Amino acid sequence: MCLGIPGQVVEIVDPEQHLAKVEVSGVRRTISVRLLADQELGAGDWVLVHVGFAMAKIDEEEAALTLDAMRKLGQAYQDELEAFDSTAIV
Amino acid sequence: MRFVDEFRDPAAARALVAAIAELAGSDHFKFMEVCGGHTHTIYRHGIEHLLPENVELVHGPGCPVCVIPMGRVDDALWLAEQPDVIFTTFGDMMRVPGSRGSLLEAKARGADVRFVYSPLDALRIAVDNPGKQVVFFAVGFETTAPSTAVTLVRARDLGVRNFSVFCNHVTIVPPIKAILESPDLRLSGFLGPGHVSTVVGTRPYEFVPKVYGKPLVVAGFEPLDILAAVAMLLRQIREGRCEVENQYARVVREEGNPQALRLMAETFALRPHFEWRGLGFISQSALRLAPAFAEFDAEQRFDMPGVRVADPKACQCGEVLKGVIKPWECKVFGTACTPETPIGTCMVSPEGACAAYYNYGRMHREAAQLVGRGGGR
Repeated sequence: MCLGIPGQVVEIVDPEQHLAKVEVSGVRRTISVRLLADQELGAGDWVLVHVGFAMAKIDEEEAALTLDAMRKLGQAYQDELEAFDSTAIV
Repeated sequence: MRFVDEFRDPAAARALVAAIAELAGSDHFKFMEVCGGHTHTIYRHGIEHLLPENVELVHGPGCPVCVIPMGRVDDALWLAEQPDVIFTTFGDMMRVPGSRGSLLEAKARGADVRFVYSPLDALRIAVDNPGKQVVFFAVGFETTAPSTAVTLVRARDLGVRNFSVFCNHVTIVPPIKAILESPDLRLSGFLGPGHVSTVVGTRPYEFVPKVYGKPLVVAGFEPLDILAAVAMLLRQIREGRCEVENQYARVVREEGNPQALRLMAETFALRPHFEWRGLGFISQSALRLAPAFAEFDAEQRFDMPGVRVADPKACQCGEVLKGVIKPWECKVFGTACTPETPIGTCMVSPEGACAAYYNYGRMHREAAQLVGRGGGR
């Protein structure tokens, strides 16, 4: 439930609604970045994605370490990726 | 030491284990990992068998699926079975047993229950289905509550009238307090949750050292993070310090995420009390929707039964959630209660201690027994 999955911001698609396109393991989806509204965020930045929301900005090294650790989770990681793949938010 | 091999940096793991052994000496320490994500990592990587026998990890209440009482699951089932309702939920909740089966079974019987990745997906379903009532089953600690908060603000901004939230969000500090007040456990300190702390920061835990005299170290989710946090706890104790430390500083800030906290304060209010599975009623431990968002509150929109249901007698989830017993000490573990046919919530969620132990821990424990380690624990 509290799984966070690192994603890289591809573009801010709607600054007013705080929506950004984020890539996780090759899958691109739109998520909400409203929880980071008080921080500078742009293409190339890494964020921790949880249930369709960017929760925290992370650096690239942390993103790589976390992705590596998550891949070792096996099925839990696959499930999270599939769920991310399924998202279609307003 | 065979388990060390699967670590990213086995040499670092060995060094940390050696440091832990030296710091611990011959004294016995019992640390609680509050977060279910940590429990998962610990069993997945056999960490409890890497540690010296006198350094014990016990599992805490930080699994949001695990702590939802049966009566709330029954309410969810009732909502799902109402005409013209689309009931949306995170996948984790689908298999949690209520007294009349699970949401998965309700779906099989014809209820429109849909699994969503994000509460914003649930809102999307509402926008796409204006003739239906769409209810989102909100569960989770402060990691997840901000996402529900943003969704509520978005629903209000879009003027979505057929969307509501069945709010079961809980907060992390009250159960820690309840465990500290419980006479059953003598803990030496806590591993603080990682992702909850990205939202709440590290300050809310200050009462743990100040009032209860126990150290707390916020920890990340990698095996090395857990070992490093255990070493930090022991170092505090050996140096006569007792404070909140942040091992996961690369993600967690002292002040947390102020924007998330603001949105939560806008959309939620504290419930006077809330029932936790196995832990009973804990005051001011859960969130309901704030009056300004009452129109989105499923508990006000629907005339729900709201009946309290006792936990199944055979199930010892409460003791597991308080760290009083280990999963394998439960009477029904692995026999009547398995991930396929769970009786208790701890066997359902991947973050539940029983499911994590069932799926991973057993192998490590059996292997450890073969090499003569950790058998009795």
